[in-house]
Amino acid sequence: MTLLRHTTPEIKPRKALTINPAKTCQPIGAMYAALGIRGCLPHSHGSQGCCAYHRSALTRHYKEPVMAGTSSFTEGSSVFGGQANLLQALENIFAIYEPDVVAVHTTCLSETIGDDIPQIVAKARQEGKVPDGKHVIYANTPSYVGSHVTGFANMVKGMVRGFAQKTGKKNGRVNLIPGYVEPADMAEIKHLAEALGVKSILFPDTSGVLNGPLTGQYSMFPEAGVTVDELKASGDAIGTLGLGEWASAEAARYLDSEFKVPCKILDLPIGLKATDRFVDTLRQLAGKSVPESINFERGQLVDVISDWHQYFYHKKVALAGDPDQIISLVEFLVTLDMWPVHIVTGTPGKRFEARIRELTADIPHEVNVKVEGDMFLLHQWIKQTPVDLLICNSYGKYIARDENIPLIRHGFPILDRMGHVYFPTVGYKGALRLCEKILDALLDKQDLTCPEHQVELQM
Amino acid sequence: MTTKPKKTVDPSVLKEEMLRKYPPKVARKRSKQILVNELDEQGHSQEIMSNVRTIPGIITQRGCTYAGCKGVVLGPTRDIVNITHGPIGCGFYSWLTRRNQTLPPTPESENYMPYCFSTDMGEHDIVFGGEKKLRQAVQEAFDAMNPKAIGIFSTCPVGLIGDDVHAVARDMKEKLGINVFAFSCEGYKGVSQSAGHHIANNQLFKHVIGLDDTPTEGKFKINLLGEYNIGGDAFELEELFTRCGITLVSTFSGNSSYDQFAKSHSADLNCVMCHRSINYVAEMIEKKFGAPWIKVNFIGGEATAKSLRRIAQYFGDKELIERVEAVIAEELPKVKAAAEEVLPTTEGKLAMLFVGGSRAHHYQELFHEMGMKTIAAGYEFAHRDDYEGRHVLPSVKVDADSRNIEELEVEADPARYRARKTPEELKALEDAGVEFKNYPGMMMEMESKTLIIDDINHYESEALIEKYKPAVFCAGIKEKYVVQKLGVPLKQLHNYDVGGPYAGFGGAANFYREIARLVSSKVWTYMKAPWEENPELSATYVWE
Repeated sequence: MTLLRHTTPEIKPRKALTINPAKTCQPIGAMYAALGIRGCLPHSHGSQGCCAYHRSALTRHYKEPVMAGTSSFTEGSSVFGGQANLLQALENIFAIYEPDVVAVHTTCLSETIGDDIPQIVAKARQEGKVPDGKHVIYANTPSYVGSHVTGFANMVKGMVRGFAQKTGKKNGRVNLIPGYVEPADMAEIKHLAEALGVKSILFPDTSGVLNGPLTGQYSMFPEAGVTVDELKASGDAIGTLGLGEWASAEAARYLDSEFKVPCKILDLPIGLKATDRFVDTLRQLAGKSVPESINFERGQLVDVISDWHQYFYHKKVALAGDPDQIISLVEFLVTLDMWPVHIVTGTPGKRFEARIRELTADIPHEVNVKVEGDMFLLHQWIKQTPVDLLICNSYGKYIARDENIPLIRHGFPILDRMGHVYFPTVGYKGALRLCEKILDALLDKQDLTCPEHQVELQM
Repeated sequence: MTTKPKKTVDPSVLKEEMLRKYPPKVARKRSKQILVNELDEQGHSQEIMSNVRTIPGIITQRGCTYAGCKGVVLGPTRDIVNITHGPIGCGFYSWLTRRNQTLPPTPESENYMPYCFSTDMGEHDIVFGGEKKLRQAVQEAFDAMNPKAIGIFSTCPVGLIGDDVHAVARDMKEKLGINVFAFSCEGYKGVSQSAGHHIANNQLFKHVIGLDDTPTEGKFKINLLGEYNIGGDAFELEELFTRCGITLVSTFSGNSSYDQFAKSHSADLNCVMCHRSINYVAEMIEKKFGAPWIKVNFIGGEATAKSLRRIAQYFGDKELIERVEAVIAEELPKVKAAAEEVLPTTEGKLAMLFVGGSRAHHYQELFHEMGMKTIAAGYEFAHRDDYEGRHVLPSVKVDADSRNIEELEVEADPARYRARKTPEELKALEDAGVEFKNYPGMMMEMESKTLIIDDINHYESEALIEKYKPAVFCAGIKEKYVVQKLGVPLKQLHNYDVGGPYAGFGGAANFYREIARLVSSKVWTYMKAPWEENPELSATYVWE
C-alpha cells in the first residue's frame, strides 16, 4: 500500500493547481519574526483562523507556547474595514497582556480590503489606546504574495523601520540578521560572532523564546529576544550582515539606504563554504582576527568530511524547502561530493534557479530545479530518477515511506522530531550535525536492508 | 506539582477577579460568558452567552469558518479531492493536521487525504478575479487524480473579490461528468468554526446525501454523525457495531467515503455524537427522508453501554437487544477493571476541559469514571443549546453573524420520505426513555459551583490554573505548552496528542491509562534543581 498512491511518474503540466505545497503564507513568517523581539506580542490583523492556524503550526514545530493576538474579523469588518477591530484589539492587548511592543501583520483579508495600518495605529495613539512608552510596529504581509519567507523578511524590515534610529555616532556594533532559521541557529550565529570578539545586534532572536526551559513558571514574555534599545541602536551600527537573500536582504538594505549602515548579503552559513564566507566577512567588517577556537571547529568538520567521504560520494539527493536554506544546503552537498539532483522551492524569486545551476554545474547528471514548485512534482521526479536521500520538512515522510528513501528533516515545519529546536545546522558545529544526520540516515538504511553477509561492523 | 487546591476556591470571587483586569466593555461581555453553575428546580441551568463574537485582541482558542468546514467536517473523507481556493496558507495549515485516520478498503482505493490541493492565488488573481484559475485547477485535479468528486472551499479573499465558486462548480460538474460542489466558507463568516460546520452540513445535504438509492443490506441500519476518527475512534466504534450486528451505513465523517454519504438517507436511525458540528444534517435527513435522530455518546464505558442500549431499544428487536447486552457484558467489566487500576492514581483529582463543541462535555464521563472531578469546563465554539440543552432553542437569539449562514428549507421528499416509526411507536419509545431530537447539554450534568466558561481565553486559563492547580487541563495545541510550563499536564482533546482511540470500551481504557500516565509523570518533580531547593548551601564546600 502506498500513502501517495495517486502520484504517478508521468508529469502533466499544471498551471493553476498546487499539490502538496513547498511553502506557506506570509503572515506566519511575520509572526515568527516578531516573537524574536523581547516583550513583543505579534498581532494578526485578519480573521481568527489565520492566527489560530499560525499559532498552531508554530506550536507544533517548536513545542513551546506561541502567543499572538487577532483582530477577529467578521463579515461586517470585511465590508466596512478592520479599523474598529484593530483599535479595540490594541486597547485590549495593552490592558490585558501588557506587552512592550505589538507587532501587527496583515493578512490576505485585510490587504484585500486595503486597511491602512500606520493610519489606524496613529489613531489608536491619538485615542490613548497605546500607552506611553509602548510601541506598535507593523508589516504588510498579504498571503497572496511571496511566502512565509517573505513574511519573515517584511516583519524584520518592519522592526528596523519601526525602531532604528541614527544619533550620528557609530556604536561599533554589527547588525546580524540571521534569516528564517531556528532558535538554535540564532544562538550559534551569536556564538560565532562572540568567538570573533564582534559586538553584534542579532535580530530577530528567537533563541530562549521558542526553546525555553520548564520551570513551573510561565511568562508570556520571556527574558529573551532582541530588545527595543538594541533595535534602536541598529541605525548606528558599523555594518549589517544579512544572512539569506530572501529572508534578510530587505531589512539590511533598508538600513543601508535610510541610515547609511553599509550592508552585505551572504548566504545562510550552512555548510563549510558558506560558514567560511560568513566568518571571513565578519572578521573583515569588524577588524578582528579569527581565534584558534573557530579554526579548530572548522578543522574538525574537514576531518569528518575526509573520514566519511566514501559514504557521501556521488549519492543522489532530492530537496524541498526555502530558497536561502536550499542554496546553502546544495552548496554543502556538492562540497561533500554528493549530487543534489531534484530541487524545489515554493517561494518565488528569480535568482534561485541561477544560483542552483551555478552550484550544480559540475554534476554529471541532469539537475531538476523548479521555483514555485511543489512536493508533488518533486515526488514525480523521484519516481523518474530515484535518489538516495531526501531532505525536506516533515511532509517528506510520506514520499520517503512510499519510495523507501531515508529522510532528513530540515526546514519548516518539522512536526515529528525534536532536534531542530535545540541543535543548530548553521556554522561549523551545524555542518558537523548535518554530516551526522546524513550518515545516520544513509548508514541506518544500509544496515537494515543490505544482504546479511554484507553487514559491516565497522564503517 | 501540586495536585490539590491550596485552599477552597470561591468560583464567584474568582470570576470577579478575572473580570477586574478587563476594560469595561470586555468585562461586561465576558461576565455573561462566565457562569458559576446553578440548576433551578426543574434542573435547568442559567442562560450563558455563547456563539458570539470574540472580542478583538483577546487571545482566543477559536479558529475560523474555513477550518470548521474544510478541516473538520469534510477533512476526514478520503475520496473527495478538496481544493482550497485561496492563497496557499489555508490549504497548507489544514493539510494532515487533524489526525483523522482513514482506511481505504484496498491498496488501489482512492485516498486523497495525504494530499493538499490549492489554487495558491497570487496578486494577479486577487486583482483580476480567480474564477479562471479555479476552473483550470479543477480541470487539472481531474486530470491528475481522476476522482469521483471534487469539493471547492472558499477562503477570505474569495468572498471579497466575488468569485462565483458555485458557478464554477456547476460548469465543471457538467463538463467533467463528476460531482463538483463548492463551499462558501470564507474565514470571516460567523464567529468561529461553528459557521463552517453548518455550511458543510448544508452543502453535503444539497449535493451528496440522497444521491444513491441503492438499498443497503442490513436489519439495523444507522448513521453515526459527528464522529471524526481522530486517533482511530471511528474504527473502534465500527468494530463495536459489527459485533452487535448493527449496520453502519455512513459516518459523518470519520473514515468515510463519498459513496457512504450518498446513501446515508437509507439508514433508519441517525446517532449524533458531536451535536454542534452535525445536528443540521440529522435534522435535514429526518425532515426529508424520515429517519429520526438520537443523541449518543460513546466516550466513557457507561456512556457507550447506554448508547448501544438506546440503539437496540429503538429497533426493538429481541435478538439485537440480547446481542448488545452480550457485548456489554463482555466489555464493560474490562473497562471497570481498567478504571480500578488507575483509581489510586487519579481519584479525587481535578480536571478542566475547554475544547470544541462536545468533547468538553463527553470527556467528563471518563474523568468521572476515574474518580476525577471536573471543576471547570467550556466550549470553544458551541451554542446555547450545547450548554443548556435543546429546550432553549426557541429562545436563542439569531444575531447578524448567524443570520448570514444559510438555513436550508427542507421538505419531505414526496417519493422517498419514509417514516421509520408510527407516532404511537415513537411515543412508546419516548415513554420508555428514548429521547428523540434532544441534547440536554453540558451544564445540567455538571455539579453546582463548577465554572462554565464559554470561549475561554489565555488570560482566564492562566488564572484558573493558578487558583485551582488542576491535575490535568484539557484543551488544544495552542494552549498545551503554556499550561505545561506552569507544571500542569495538558491533554489535547482535539488531536489526542498522537494518542487514541478513546471512544468505545477499548478507548475508555486507553484514556484512563493516558490520564494516569500524565498525572503521575515524574517530570513534574524535576522542575527545581537541587540547588534551587536548598540555596543556603550555595557557598559551602561539601566534599566530606
